[in-house]
Amino acid sequence: MADVNRGNRPLSPHLSVYRWMYPMLLSITHRITGVGMAISITLITWWFLALAINERYFEVANAVLGSVFGGLILIISLWGLSFHFCNGIRHLFWDAGKGFELETAWRSGLAVIAGSIILTIIGILVAQGVF
Amino acid sequence: MRYQTDRQRVEGLGSAKDGTHEWWQQRLTAVALVPLAILFVVPLARAIGADYDEVLAIYQSPFNAIIAVLFYLTIMAHLRQGLQEVIVDYVHGKATLTTALLANTLFTTLIGVIGVFSIAKIAFGG
Repeated sequence: MADVNRGNRPLSPHLSVYRWMYPMLLSITHRITGVGMAISITLITWWFLALAINERYFEVANAVLGSVFGGLILIISLWGLSFHFCNGIRHLFWDAGKGFELETAWRSGLAVIAGSIILTIIGILVAQGVF
Repeated sequence: MRYQTDRQRVEGLGSAKDGTHEWWQQRLTAVALVPLAILFVVPLARAIGADYDEVLAIYQSPFNAIIAVLFYLTIMAHLRQGLQEVIVDYVHGKATLTTALLANTLFTTLIGVIGVFSIAKIAFGG
């Protein structure tokens, strides 16, 4: 028979019992950006491989990433990285036991959103050769 | 309060004992990636769309090449662990789960090896 007695363990209530709050959106976005960047790094690796093979192949990969569509994917990837980067640092603070107060957590969430946009803009400026 | 299930009691299994290893590994790579991500992305942002010779020169610089290799090694460990966490949460059934975990290891290893090989070949001027 299956594992009938599940033990007298405390069970976490299902996610849907909680009132929807934006820090929850940040939490799932951390996962989505993490998984999404698997695609980004695959594209970048293809570009590196093309560079290692020869000039002709590189021109193809470089033209794909340099196109409008490629640029759009790179900007989305850049934002994904910026978000994951900022929110990751927020998680590291939590792991150190800091910033758990409700107000602090909400504020750090806003800082993550602002930071991800600022880093994306800086990244675009670097790509344009401004810095 | 009794935490043990019947099955655990019969099989005599206790805690997994090494459950914190992966958690710790993910934090270590995360911390390492804070500087590495910045140092990897800045030259990359300049390189994408630039001329062939210009891009070669960027990655023939020992600093950029070493950073890129370090970045690839660290990000692939971090990515494998992160994807594994997501897979374990959302993929059910032993066969499907095992297949997904295997595919994850193959994917991240392959991308990591291609990345490191390509950068090494470029840096050594091949």
